Amino acid sequence: MASAEIKGVVSDGALLSAVRSGDEGAMAALYDRYSSVVYSVALRVLSDTAAAEDVLQEVFMQLWRNPARFDASRGALAPWLAVITRNRAIDILRKRHPESDIDDVVVSVVPDMAGGAERSRAMEKVRGVLAAMPTAQRSVLEMAYFEGLTHTEIAAKSGEPLGTVKTRIRAGLMTLRKSFEA
Amino acid sequence: MSVHPQIDEDLALYALGSLQGDEYAGAKEHLEGCAACRAELEQLYGSMALLGLSVAGSAPPRRARTRLLASLSREPRLQLVPRKRSWWMPLSLAALAAMALVAALLWRQNSGLQQQIAGLRLNSAQQMDQLQKARAVVETLTATDALRVTLVAAKTPPQPQGKAFYVHDRGSLIFIASNLPAPPAQKAYELWVIPTQGHPIPAGVFRPDSHGSAMVINPPLPAETQAKAFAITVEPEAGSSTPTMPIVMSGAGE
Repeated sequence: MASAEIKGVVSDGALLSAVRSGDEGAMAALYDRYSSVVYSVALRVLSDTAAAEDVLQEVFMQLWRNPARFDASRGALAPWLAVITRNRAIDILRKRHPESDIDDVVVSVVPDMAGGAERSRAMEKVRGVLAAMPTAQRSVLEMAYFEGLTHTEIAAKSGEPLGTVKTRIRAGLMTLRKSFEA
Repeated sequence: MSVHPQIDEDLALYALGSLQGDEYAGAKEHLEGCAACRAELEQLYGSMALLGLSVAGSAPPRRARTRLLASLSREPRLQLVPRKRSWWMPLSLAALAAMALVAALLWRQNSGLQQQIAGLRLNSAQQMDQLQKARAVVETLTATDALRVTLVAAKTPPQPQGKAFYVHDRGSLIFIASNLPAPPAQKAYELWVIPTQGHPIPAGVFRPDSHGSAMVINPPLPAETQAKAFAITVEPEAGSSTPTMPIVMSGAGE
């Protein structure tokens, strides 16, 4: 499959099937669709372009070696890549061995993420929800998500009770989801 | 179904990778047995995805694409099998020839023993030799550090394949598959024996490993089952008593 002829036409599922058969063109098409998602998340976590490029390479090579790890029947590829990339980048940032198993990550997202336009609209909304969030809550959420700090570390850093930190993390994630359920 | 309150708050921490040690192990164990909490976790991952996607917009440099494409063409697509073994043992088709040899050797040995009982004299040294050959082959097949590779004709994309070996007299069935796509969540593949008379007989439920390989060895089958064909369907993980259409793979005896 030549990447020029499949861009924007073939579904992710069909591209993944071709990847399972060893089709490098299909892999290039997936890269063209989602490299920006993977690179942006890695760069936001690591603040280092070379390290973000390494994560980008690693995430797509994992998909190439083992496309079955992503279960296309359980959701869209972009959200899954975002979570996998964030977790890998945090592992590198925190110099820790991955504790969670990549095969266990199933991502359920309310808004339609299949197309680039739908994704852009959804992301505008997420940025709006984050901007409207109380500063303390957004800050806790960003420390947990983008810095990979544990609830204990956030409590120590912010001087807030552990219970409050836990509640804010959970409530922050719930707020994001609920903004799409209304 | 509702999420369990004792783990509710920990689920967000689990999703973010903040739980360590016993707390992590406890949450993981609970999740394995609790569909409601797994569904909640999937929603939390969904929120995490939204957060991640909210920062999208930076395009990687062109050299990253070149680097990836170079790695793709350098990387051979070996069908490696993990070292985990269970009652269905992942194995690749490359072992088929050797497996057939084992079956043949063991069969010959068994026939020889029966002849001995009948009073025929066999050369025991020859039997020991056969047994040692069979053992050597089995040890290679089951070695935890064996490299298992599927070879196909050049430029042929790997296709889902299955091979069934069935010896009717002994009711012995060995089924080996490779390149199977992962079944949907909470589903598995089920092997069916299509008898010459009567309904399809369930012959084992299996999920392929992450490389798409799977094996079913001697599932319980009714005595004197005459098989004319074998088939694979997608079923609930617990298996079904009758196959659910469509048949995803099938083959008839020669």
